[in-house]
Amino acid sequence: MNISSFQQAIQTAIADHTPLQLIGGNSKKFYGREITGLPLHLAEYRGILSYEPSELMITARAGTPLQEIIATLANKNQCLAFEPPLFSETTTLGGIIACGFSGPARPYSGAARDFVLGVKCLNGKGEMLNFGGQVMKNVAGYDVSRLMVGALGTLGVLLEISCKVLPLPCETETIRLPITSESEALAIILKYTHANLPITASCFEGEGVYLRLAGANLSAVRKEITSDVYLEPQPGQQFWQQLRDQQLDFFQTNQAIWRLSVPATTPPLKLAGKTLIEWGGALRWLRSELSAQEIREVVTAVGGHAILFRGGNRQGEIFHPLPLNLETLHQRLKAQFDPHNILNRNKMYATW
Amino acid sequence: MRPDQHILQRLLDFLPSDCVLLSEESIRPYECDGLSAYTAKPAAVVLPNTQAQVQQVVSFCRHNKIPLVVRGAGTGLSGGALPHPDGILLSLAKFKRILSLDIDNRTARVEPGVRNLAISQAVAAHGLYYAPDPSSQIACTIGGNVAENSGGVHCLKYGLTVHNILAIKVLTMEGEFLTIGSEALDSPGYDLLALLTGSEGLLGIILEVTVKLLPKPEQAQVLLAAFDSILKAGQAVANIIAAGIIPAGLEMMDNLAIRAAEDFAKVGYPKDAEAILLCELDGNSEEVQQQLVHVQAILRLNGAISLRQSENEQQRLQFWAGRKNAFPAVGRLSPDYYCMDGTIPRKHLATVLEGIHELSVQYGLPVANVFHAGDGNLHPLILYDANKQGELHNAERLGGKILELCVQVGGTITGEHGVGMEKLDQMCVQFTSEELTQFHAVKAVFDPENLLNPGKAIPTLHRCAELGAMHVHQGQTRFPELERF
Ligand SMILES: Cc1cc2nc3c(=O)[nH]c(=O)nc-3n(C[C@H](O)[C@H](O)[C@H](O)COP(=O)(O)OP(=O)(O)OC[C@H]3O[C@@H](n4cnc5c(N)ncnc54)[C@H](O)[C@@H]3O)c2cc1C
Repeated sequence: MNISSFQQAIQTAIADHTPLQLIGGNSKKFYGREITGLPLHLAEYRGILSYEPSELMITARAGTPLQEIIATLANKNQCLAFEPPLFSETTTLGGIIACGFSGPARPYSGAARDFVLGVKCLNGKGEMLNFGGQVMKNVAGYDVSRLMVGALGTLGVLLEISCKVLPLPCETETIRLPITSESEALAIILKYTHANLPITASCFEGEGVYLRLAGANLSAVRKEITSDVYLEPQPGQQFWQQLRDQQLDFFQTNQAIWRLSVPATTPPLKLAGKTLIEWGGALRWLRSELSAQEIREVVTAVGGHAILFRGGNRQGEIFHPLPLNLETLHQRLKAQFDPHNILNRNKMYATW
Repeated sequence: MRPDQHILQRLLDFLPSDCVLLSEESIRPYECDGLSAYTAKPAAVVLPNTQAQVQQVVSFCRHNKIPLVVRGAGTGLSGGALPHPDGILLSLAKFKRILSLDIDNRTARVEPGVRNLAISQAVAAHGLYYAPDPSSQIACTIGGNVAENSGGVHCLKYGLTVHNILAIKVLTMEGEFLTIGSEALDSPGYDLLALLTGSEGLLGIILEVTVKLLPKPEQAQVLLAAFDSILKAGQAVANIIAAGIIPAGLEMMDNLAIRAAEDFAKVGYPKDAEAILLCELDGNSEEVQQQLVHVQAILRLNGAISLRQSENEQQRLQFWAGRKNAFPAVGRLSPDYYCMDGTIPRKHLATVLEGIHELSVQYGLPVANVFHAGDGNLHPLILYDANKQGELHNAERLGGKILELCVQVGGTITGEHGVGMEKLDQMCVQFTSEELTQFHAVKAVFDPENLLNPGKAIPTLHRCAELGAMHVHQGQTRFPELERF
């Protein structure tokens, strides 16, 4: 697989008026709207192209398994600080960036988009384009590389991605507080956040609040919170990995799983179902039989948005509807990057 | 075509008279931004008080096909706020209210004309601050910061503007108010917040910004290390980062810059050093103490000839004052200076500094170097005298060559100051015509009639063709021996 074969596939698709379905590791097949189209497999376009720890930057082909990247970085005590989920061994860097997924560290270290420095991509005309670059600061031209993050492949086929990397923390601790009330959990998380502790992840799964602390030296922090229950490093780390990769019991279900993104201090949402809280309160996972409309009404009222993350009706409105003026801009952007509408057509919204 | 006076008079139909400047002398202060080599007189300057008035200005310009340029504080260094000679300049100077503070969520919603430093001052009592700290922070506005995606000496650890804002309210040239982003951590659809950040006033008028606030670190300490060679200082930077330490700030200055800053600010920089490094470490006190020891060892190992640690907060600020005043300080060495803004992969620092030195000799103009060393963002300051025949032109050519050199080693022509009017030619070097066309297509999405800050940031293909610039993306032309990755 090489770039010219992808370009060829795009030209053929344009000529045949057949949309393409971009497929990386296929580990997130469940995500987004169900679409039809000729599969364009990208996972074979892989390999780390450049990595120098002292430059804090890695460039890899989009099909590179995420696992390989994480391992290569860990070897030099570095990481992708947005903690991307590894839903399976086949998960690719390109897939993660296209979906814009970030893990438990997101509110504390930043999101996938915060770490993308540049991309090489093909637009819907098959033109090969480079945006951003391999340096930390770069404001030449519009920030198209960040625009690609979370665009679900609707604006371009990602070929190469450069990401900023960071050192792994020297010390990590997990504490668990036995709390069962959602409002109490939110209050506790806020209290700890405001105590300016070096929190790098937070979660409430119904039976306890989990907090991860990390830094160069945690001795002072340990003194400060002696009364709480520390998990041994191993179960602590495992908890966060299982949360990140959605392996906790909460996610083992046939029910629809909603992802609700709200301001962190939003009180418990009055929605029937089971909730798991992350991101200091800013991310609420909801298992529920409620209709999309019922959920979206409540979430919109608090200034958030709801994504039908897994399950449910995959032909319906998966993503939160956009206000009309924003929708118009989205459609125009899509048309400017992919004028024949062949890249992941309707993957995000039903109308384009 | 410059609009007729009788058309301009109609601005007074919807704006109070003190919001419209038409006379030659009242307009003069708006002729240029921080890049004073470029000047132009707009047909009119407007300073509205309300969002509704801004909307009326936009619709006025749209109906009369008059170009519109937005201005914050005018501290930009690339001519971004340079007026259009046939257009109206829209100053947002009157939008200086902090609209709301949410201390629990650690956010502030502010108007675009609020000064960068004013935000931190307003929340200081709560132990919070707004992290990006451009050296111009006393004067520059948050609207300008968003439009330029500005950085500061602390952005190595705390990020650029794009990493520190949550939402913006924007007015498009079509007259639509858009809310982009929210108080949640993400929003549905494309990341328009990222796209608008750094769009140099070409895509929309930013009317409100919701910024993220951070708790002030418990402790911060600065190390000031001197070196007898720039290369050793560069190596020290690489080794600090390779050791897994991300300092809050990591700045380098060369001898000419050191001498200028010391003469100007009298902060105790060693004037005989070839380079100094300022390295700030912050966090809780255990962490800071541990890292101080570690970094000091690295600095010594890399040949620091002297090493000082700030003894108190006053001295810490003093160490920074020299760096933060480096531009005006260098400005005193010569009648004029021209500030460049390339970013390079740090490992090519030696090649680039050598190249800059050669160019400086070739063009006969001294260059002082100030460097955000942690993230590879170079600010070569070219000293010249605009009153000497041809010297400005020479400075510009030298500057252009320096930026091309940055692109050749895999870097970029602008790290934080933007392209504006200034670096259009170098854009032709960094981007292919397909890429430039895609940028123009993005512009057309937001401003189909090309009325908002037209002619800036993205060169026309025609201009690039005339220039005959060779696209040297990732350096296929010079330095083929250098590894790119
Ligand atoms: C001494 C000095 C030091 C500096 N140091 C730094 C530094 O450390 N880091 C750094 O990044 N920059 C630095 N700068 C550059 C400059 O201060 C920044 O680019 C700053 O963000 C510009 O803000 P401003 O309010 O002055 O914007 P202006 O100069 O008025 O405008 C800049 C651009 O933004 C657009 N714009 C302004 N406001 C809006 C708005 N509300 N909506 C849409 N578009 C808008 C304008 O059209 C223009 O294109 C420095 C400048 C000086 C003079």
